[in-house]
Amino acid sequence: MFEDFFKVVKHRFNGGEEEETVPSFKCPRCQGVVSLERYEDMIRVCPNCNYHGRLTARERIAVTFDKDSFEEFDSSMISCDPISFPEYPEKQEELREATGLNDAIVTGTALIKGHKAVVGVMDSRYMMASMGSVVGEKIARAFEYATENNLPVIMFTASGGARMQEGIVSLMQMAKTSGAVKLHSDNGGLYITVLTDPTTGGVTASFASLGDIIIAEPKILIGFAGRRVIESTMKQRLPEDFQLAEFMQEKGFVDMIVERKKMRVTLASLLAMHTQEEKEV
Amino acid sequence: MENNKTAWERLALVHTKGRPTVRDYIPLIFTDFHELHGDRYYGDDHAIIGGIARLDGRPVTVIAQVKGRDLNENKDCNFAMPLPEGYRKALRLAKQAEKFHRPVICFIDTPGAYAGMAAEERGQGEAIAKNIAEFMTLRTPVISIVLGEGGSGGALALGVCDELAMLENAQYSVVSPRGFASILWKDASREEEACNIMQVTADDMVRLGVAETIIEEPLGGAHNDLDKISENIREYLSLKIEEKCQKDIDELLKARYTKYRKIGEFTE
Repeated sequence: MFEDFFKVVKHRFNGGEEEETVPSFKCPRCQGVVSLERYEDMIRVCPNCNYHGRLTARERIAVTFDKDSFEEFDSSMISCDPISFPEYPEKQEELREATGLNDAIVTGTALIKGHKAVVGVMDSRYMMASMGSVVGEKIARAFEYATENNLPVIMFTASGGARMQEGIVSLMQMAKTSGAVKLHSDNGGLYITVLTDPTTGGVTASFASLGDIIIAEPKILIGFAGRRVIESTMKQRLPEDFQLAEFMQEKGFVDMIVERKKMRVTLASLLAMHTQEEKEV
Repeated sequence: MENNKTAWERLALVHTKGRPTVRDYIPLIFTDFHELHGDRYYGDDHAIIGGIARLDGRPVTVIAQVKGRDLNENKDCNFAMPLPEGYRKALRLAKQAEKFHRPVICFIDTPGAYAGMAAEERGQGEAIAKNIAEFMTLRTPVISIVLGEGGSGGALALGVCDELAMLENAQYSVVSPRGFASILWKDASREEEACNIMQVTADDMVRLGVAETIIEEPLGGAHNDLDKISENIREYLSLKIEEKCQKDIDELLKARYTKYRKIGEFTE
């Protein structure tokens, strides 16, 4: 009886809504809470503020490329332990199990509305998509393949930066990837970067910033140094929109901000303007 | 060479007051140094200096990160933490060197690129990325030397080269030991432990394929004999610049790309 009474009071208190624990999503940008189902229905876009949330590499491939067109490169490549960092191999083992990935990037070729491109998609679930030997090698190979075959490259970036556990070897991946991008560019190849949440550190300071066209998803984080690091050096609060895609576009580092639902058609249109046939006209 | 020091002890040497900076070395290694200022877009960063000079009579371009020798100098050069305009000045001077067929000599000595609002707003990431990519195909020989600290991407922006040398006690790392401890263990106070496991010494760099040469320091460190260490650096540069200038530029570029292409450890 008492339980019923509480139910009635609760019911009135909540303005008629049943208080059930529906799985919810709290937006890191606007702090608004929506049901997880609604957020998922919108392909992980916050309905309140348009923050574009994180997708796994496989999900990104599914929503962006032509059905069944993705052909993967180097799927079995796994990292060694170049500086013998304690528990690094075990940590990777666990992550491979948990994510079904072998490292933080998936590369291959795919079609977008029939246009072929070499593609790379980073996945932040794997050690915050930090760049170590495998990420560096797969990106370099992807660009080299694209250069040899005169194909455009599209990279969906997301990363916390260098893979600390690989020490200086991870830093050198910035040189390896940027070098491969440069040779592809010098060969006349098109490179489109799509910055997704979050793109930071050594990835921002290498291949992510080298696109001919740099696209960002709305409200995502883009930066070199982390917000906390900057706040501690400057000893002051930073503006709310600092390092968001819109801020970086205003400062001149992002060509276009494209919503997820329009990404496919935008990429297809850009690719179409850079095909061989049109170049020869 | 002194082989019995830990990485942490070497870092202490690098931080010793009185350790020579590039401002000490330039007059002892080069003649006719003319400093050239500014990136032509925004300003003149004092954490990176550059200019033209002669090495054994041959014109060369010198680009260097500058540490201060006292607090006033450090305030002026922002503790050798460059802003984007510093990297853009470096690239401007490198392209100028390419135009006039001068070899480029870079001196690396930075705790890292500056982390601040101004740096972010002006594209620190883009500036570093651009340098890395452009130096990879710069059609003139490039030699880099790490004098003290080679901190992260901020160092690599002057570190894509045909050959990298390390002063005996110098270090090169993906992040400072303090940053490493703070990121991986959430405990910055474990920096000594971090420093010793990160593999940051000159020997480590040669073993990992990052550096080719170690330049010997006088007993106890570079600050104990400025003339001697300057002479060691000058001798190394004379030899290497002559050697690289003899090579066909396309072969040099191929070897430069291959050097970085090979670094990484994975299995398939």
